[in-house]
Amino acid sequence: MNSLDDSAALPPPSRDIKTIVNAGLKRRHAAERRFRWFGLAAISLGLAFVVLMFANIIGKGYPAFWQTFIELPVAFDPAVIDPEGRRDPKALADADYAALIRASLRGLFPRVEGRRDLRELYGLVSSNAPFRLRGQVLDDPALIGATRSVWVLASAKVDTLIKGNINRTLDESLRPISDQEIAWVDRLIADGRLEQRFNTILFGNGDSREPEQAGIRGALMGSFYTLLITFLLSFPIGVATAVYLEEFAPKNRWTDLIEVNINNLAAVPSIVFGLLGLAVFINFFGLPRSAPLVGGLVLSLMTLPVIIIAGRAALTSVPPSIREAALGMGASKLQMVGHHVLPLAMPGMLTGSIIGMARALGESAPLLMIGMVAFIVDVPRGFTDPATVLPVQIYLWADLPERAFVERTSAAIMVLLGFMILMNGLAIVLRKRFERRW
Amino acid sequence: MLSYLLLTLLLLSSAAYYLGRTRAFKVAGDHIRNLHSLPSFHGSYTALWCGLPALIVVAVWAMLQPGLILELMVAGLPPELRELPPDRLGLVLNDIRNLVSGNIVSSTPDPVILAAAEHYRNLRLIGYASLWVVALLLATAGIVHGWRAVSPTLRARNRVEQVVKALLIVSSTVAIFTTVGIVLSVLFESIRFFHKIPLTEFLFGLQWSPQTAIRADQIGSSGAFGAVPLFAGTLLISGIAMLVAVPIGLMSALYLSEYASPKFRAVAKPALEILAGIPTVVYGFFAALTVAPLIREAGTALGLQVASESALAAGLVMGIMIIPFVSSLSDDVINAVPQSMRDGSYALGATKSETIKRVLLPAALPGIVGSILLAVSRAIGETMIVVMAAGLSANLTANPLQAVTTVTVQIVTLLTGDQEFDSAKTLAAFALGLLLFIVTLILNVIALRVVRKYREQYE
Repeated sequence: MNSLDDSAALPPPSRDIKTIVNAGLKRRHAAERRFRWFGLAAISLGLAFVVLMFANIIGKGYPAFWQTFIELPVAFDPAVIDPEGRRDPKALADADYAALIRASLRGLFPRVEGRRDLRELYGLVSSNAPFRLRGQVLDDPALIGATRSVWVLASAKVDTLIKGNINRTLDESLRPISDQEIAWVDRLIADGRLEQRFNTILFGNGDSREPEQAGIRGALMGSFYTLLITFLLSFPIGVATAVYLEEFAPKNRWTDLIEVNINNLAAVPSIVFGLLGLAVFINFFGLPRSAPLVGGLVLSLMTLPVIIIAGRAALTSVPPSIREAALGMGASKLQMVGHHVLPLAMPGMLTGSIIGMARALGESAPLLMIGMVAFIVDVPRGFTDPATVLPVQIYLWADLPERAFVERTSAAIMVLLGFMILMNGLAIVLRKRFERRW
Repeated sequence: MLSYLLLTLLLLSSAAYYLGRTRAFKVAGDHIRNLHSLPSFHGSYTALWCGLPALIVVAVWAMLQPGLILELMVAGLPPELRELPPDRLGLVLNDIRNLVSGNIVSSTPDPVILAAAEHYRNLRLIGYASLWVVALLLATAGIVHGWRAVSPTLRARNRVEQVVKALLIVSSTVAIFTTVGIVLSVLFESIRFFHKIPLTEFLFGLQWSPQTAIRADQIGSSGAFGAVPLFAGTLLISGIAMLVAVPIGLMSALYLSEYASPKFRAVAKPALEILAGIPTVVYGFFAALTVAPLIREAGTALGLQVASESALAAGLVMGIMIIPFVSSLSDDVINAVPQSMRDGSYALGATKSETIKRVLLPAALPGIVGSILLAVSRAIGETMIVVMAAGLSANLTANPLQAVTTVTVQIVTLLTGDQEFDSAKTLAAFALGLLLFIVTLILNVIALRVVRKYREQYE
């Protein structure tokens, strides 16, 4: 460590400099190797975290893309569905389809008796199974009276068991599923009445309290509407600001103020933007809570600095000769910008905006403040419908204790990361394809 | 409703553009050089006359209409409803609004409310209808005016460019309005909060339990607003995060810029930056479901008492999140040190690590400190990781194995769910927000200044 200083401080006439240096060389080289090794360790550690997180999420999440279904022989008993025999759609819609499911399950396991046991038996299938039957009957009333085998959704605990996430050797009281239920499930497997299919529910349904019926469609649509507003607001305003500051603004106090503001806004914690949204957009302007409109407004204020900074960088990279040539040909300043500089800077601006959008897609803290954390089952159909977004949905599901939700949360994270990779990939492609070096 | 109107205005403006342009060709006579401005500018001029006034009216109208209609509707209510206390009246109004938007109302609505809802619906319809009429009239008047103004001497280009430039200036003030909006929105509520709770108690009080009592005799609702435990918790978690992020981030930056081959650097740098792109909820999920149980098990195996929402788990994961932040900022700083300084050191016989330790780091120190300050401000403002992985209990402790809470966690818990806007509880969130804003602002300003000064030094 101190070899340099030592050699400088003590010039011993008797000993030759070379021997002193050589004496310390071994130690110095060891220190060099050690330092180098630390650096490599640090970067490997960082990369290991990346791998670990992805492996962890994917390992937890991939089973959620499959879902267990049970095949039930359902007798569409006219006495239950349509006792009056008039095929009145309203009567058909109101009929007790759950009774058909129950009858079918009793038929499969005739020896089950007693209310508690029967209730356990009925719990094997998801509570949405009757709606499926109703849909089938309403689609095709000719089914009434026939017996069909119908694949219905299994309940979450059956699904968890099938995926091997419940330890069968555990004592009965310690696991969420009883011995007798396991026996039924094994019977169903042996009969070939259990099957895992691709989970379309995950992508087709809104949120639900029942894990097997919960999906991310509502959150995806909410994210879509929110991001649409964000893009429609922040892109034009961001580009306009960048153009003004870079091409038109005089250098004075006012533009300095704007610049300082933009730089500071880029570093303000996101949750503070949420407070702004709550106080200004919701309490002052009276916009609806939980709406993608407000979410988009808040996120566009957050993304604006990113777009402005990227836009200015793209504008400065256009060489001045282009501007001078345009002006020399008699173009006005605005024509020069609009016809030449802006088109040349556009790929860079778009790249920056896409990266900003990807960040907005992953943002959740400010949206918690403006009420986008509500439990919303319906898929939003507009900018003012109550909605949630994908990251907030992940946050909501992460709080729920069921094992099946952990799986679904990880799957939702995979979808979110997939979108982010897609957007960042698009930005990289844009940059590679259109970036010009002058 | 509004989106259709906007769409119609857009269509009308395009029509106006076309009309103005053809008219310009026509008045130009046999040659286009007779015109002062190009025909397309005449088109844009007409389109602006068509769209801009109408848009301004629509914007103002849309902002004022809801309040105005509400006033009118309340005025139309029977007196016994109108004289209800404000909170009860608010409930009635909510019922009416729900009825209007077709939501399910809890009880069977009484006829007065039904009538009011009908009234409200009518008023709204009238409002929208008149808005349509006014906007369309303005737009057509604009088209006519613009169309008639088209002449060879009209300085259409200058006028259009003036408007565009004005729009550019207006856009660039959005950033200022945002800052002003942030400051005002947190400041006003904070001032109201400090009327109820003195500033000194907030800043120096040692107890935080924001549940205020609804009834006087309620238990467990002391309503204490001493924020010191929150500051301590925030510092503890940020400190742990920096202990993880600074060594790893700095060493990776040094390795990447001084030792790594260009090929390795080209792969490893973007791979490390993936960490910066992962959404914070994902880190939160990772912290709460993977890291926290791991730490707990490890602690139990060592015979330690570990809270299931320990500060350590949140801090560790936050540190991982900040690694790329530290590494890319210090990478910039290290690269800004001139090569001549390194070469000088090598020429004296120093090894690479000695050069780094004796020459590079001292030279880059201000920049590195700046980037660490930026990272600290990031850690203090980080929300999702701590909301998901740190606890809610405001413990005043320095033990990383216990649960602590942070400023951001409290803002979220105070403001999500049901809230009344006047209670000290919700106002406290804004006071915390103000504090957070000020602290991060100071850190950022110092950091940016340090980094800039440092860059100038070597340029």
